Amino acid sequence: MPIILWTDALVFLLVACAIGAGFYVNRREYLLASWRRVGESRAGMASLTVLAAFIAVGLLDSLHYRPRLDDVPGRTTANGYGSEVRSALDALLQPLRSGTEKTYSAPLATHLYAKETVELPDGSQTRVFPRLQHGGAHLENPEQDWGKDVAARTVQGLALAVLAALTFSAIVVQAAALRWGLGWQATWRRIWRGETQFAWNAVLAALAVLMLLAGPVISLAGGYHVFGTDKVGQDVLYLTLKSIRTGLVIGTITTLSMLPFAVALGIVAGYRGGWIDDLIQYLYTTLNSIPSVLLIAASVLMVQVAIDTHPDWFATAAQRADARLLALCLILGVTSWTGLCRLLRAETLKLRELEYVQAAQAFGASASRIMGRHILPNVMHIVLIAVVMDFSGLVLAEAVLSYIGIGVDPSTISFGTMINTARLELAREPVVWWSLIAAFAFMFVLVLAANLFSDAVRDAFDPRVAGRRVAAVAQEKAA
Amino acid sequence: MLAYIIRRLLYAIPILIGVNLLTFTLFFVVNTPDDMARMQLGIKRVTPEAIQKWKAERGYDKPLLYNGTAEGAGKITRTIFFEKSVKLFVFDFGRADDGRDIGHEIRMRMGPSLAIAVPAFILGLFVTISFALLLAFFRATYLDFWGVVMCVAMMSISSLFYIIGGQYLVSKVWHLVPISGYAGGLDAGRFLLLPVLISVVAGIGSSTRWYRTIFLEEIGKDYVRTARAKGLSEMAVLFRHVLKNAMIPILTGAVVVIPLLFMGSLLIESFFGIPGLGSYTIDAINAQDFAVVRSMVFIGSVLYIAGLLLTDLSYTLVDPRVRLQ
Repeated sequence: MPIILWTDALVFLLVACAIGAGFYVNRREYLLASWRRVGESRAGMASLTVLAAFIAVGLLDSLHYRPRLDDVPGRTTANGYGSEVRSALDALLQPLRSGTEKTYSAPLATHLYAKETVELPDGSQTRVFPRLQHGGAHLENPEQDWGKDVAARTVQGLALAVLAALTFSAIVVQAAALRWGLGWQATWRRIWRGETQFAWNAVLAALAVLMLLAGPVISLAGGYHVFGTDKVGQDVLYLTLKSIRTGLVIGTITTLSMLPFAVALGIVAGYRGGWIDDLIQYLYTTLNSIPSVLLIAASVLMVQVAIDTHPDWFATAAQRADARLLALCLILGVTSWTGLCRLLRAETLKLRELEYVQAAQAFGASASRIMGRHILPNVMHIVLIAVVMDFSGLVLAEAVLSYIGIGVDPSTISFGTMINTARLELAREPVVWWSLIAAFAFMFVLVLAANLFSDAVRDAFDPRVAGRRVAAVAQEKAA
Repeated sequence: MLAYIIRRLLYAIPILIGVNLLTFTLFFVVNTPDDMARMQLGIKRVTPEAIQKWKAERGYDKPLLYNGTAEGAGKITRTIFFEKSVKLFVFDFGRADDGRDIGHEIRMRMGPSLAIAVPAFILGLFVTISFALLLAFFRATYLDFWGVVMCVAMMSISSLFYIIGGQYLVSKVWHLVPISGYAGGLDAGRFLLLPVLISVVAGIGSSTRWYRTIFLEEIGKDYVRTARAKGLSEMAVLFRHVLKNAMIPILTGAVVVIPLLFMGSLLIESFFGIPGLGSYTIDAINAQDFAVVRSMVFIGSVLYIAGLLLTDLSYTLVDPRVRLQ
């Protein structure tokens, strides 16, 4: 039975908006020009490729359903469906999800990380590292075969990755060759040397690196816990992949939820002026003056009290956790719209005095029409830059907030909850480092890609940067 | 000048009233004291008497806004709004859930918070401005390029990583400083070294990049070209002209946080076991001690407004063109 959680609905709404915006931009040359500049940026396109991989995982993880229970006698629920909510990603990663061990095990290990007392056949007891139930379970003799098996699987994964990367590159080159009417080799050379408008070489290189990393991991994950297991024996790779969706949801839904307020209030305040302006300014100064962590803490505590005192609102634990995630997004949105609102107000104040707005006024266009048709399109670049710049900060904020205890529900898998549960593991003897490192590494790659992409977008859309570029070109020509 | 300050202080009053109303709504209207009591005492098996007792102990058993049963002025003053919210204006914070006086606790914890926040702030500002100047001096070279790459990488790393990693490496592996804790007097240095260092390092990435942009914007201006045309050395141009003018946008960001240094850093203090206001806030959040959170929200906004005022005043110091009226 498919289930659409609140955040799922918003994620798909966002995807629909993005596709719609894509069509809108595609038909307008002046908007397309800026996006072409984004496409020229190698760092931007490489990071976009990485982001796309993350987004694909996140979208797969947003297709939720409740699995039908097999007709086991004695296990009946109200409607024949389990109360556990799963996603398409869970189904894909079924072996990882269900392959839990007893407790910690190191990456690619065949034995548990803690000694256990085992009874020998002769009745005596001894303390050994027991074999894992899933990691390396296929090996007859782990001491001998482990190295060979890992190497074989890595090579196999790498070979598949190279094959996949080459196939994809070939498809791209073939398509480009047909389009440009060039020979295969000439096309390849053009792409490789970066002589194309769109930074195809960056995309292909990033994709190849991604595949070379993912290939061995996928191939090894069939027999081992590639990143080890955590305290309760869950596969760390599975946890990190599940965390991606939470990070993406917080980074995007938060901005989505605050955009309407920030845009509408900012433009109205700037265009109308007078007491409306005073009121809106008062509103955002007040909100701004509360330190955001404390405002978030206060709001999250309140939401938590509301959720905890009304357990009857939610059918499943996943829905409750989802409600808390959504609430967190909305709260973060409430605390973060003020900056964008102030920017838009200032820009509208400037635009309001320009001739084309005065012309519209002279034609008798209504205020709402001027704001919607004339001012809004001309401040959209600020909105876009704010959206992409906010994303990485929000992903980082989630981890901190979850650590403080005012982030997502503890049952929601996220980078923050992973770090929070793993933070004492470095103090253990021997040290358990893999879950912390895995969480930090994935978060780092996601945030770095987002930062690089947002830089590319800002460089392409910010008129101040664009002005500098024009000046530079003029200087070059003069020289 | 004085008139300006007084007017700004008067402007602060409606904002503080707004903050107060907002927190009041959040803490007492959205969730009633009954909800809070049930939360504190456990959701299940809670008797109405226990809730009444909990509320009476903390003074939550009065009406929200208007007390019809009281006499005279008591109709207004013997309410939750007056006792819990209005009294914040005279910095009367009442008692925390564990019965301790919040005002006393805040005064005690201010010292350790400042002992970390002030050195971290000054050192951080110095380090990031130096780095940014260095990158601006070597602009459009490989040093600049890789410096910016480093900055972007450093700002993509979670602050939790700096703290956890630093603590692990410096305290656990190298045994240079204690892992956590705090002591008064001169002994505090040992405990403060690592937290200060980590907060500086964690801030380098984004601040350096931001300051570098500011410097580069200034370097492109005409007066800089004039200064070079006069034959000044690049160093003199950078320090005497660019740095001075770039201080205006840098100050906007820096001065506003000075008063907030009192609040301490939530993460650093809780990781290093420093008994400051940051860890106080975290403990209160975890214990769901609403009285403390409410007090901290109020203090935070007072300090923020003070920061805005300080920013405006500092403009007159660094930019003679700005006149406050």
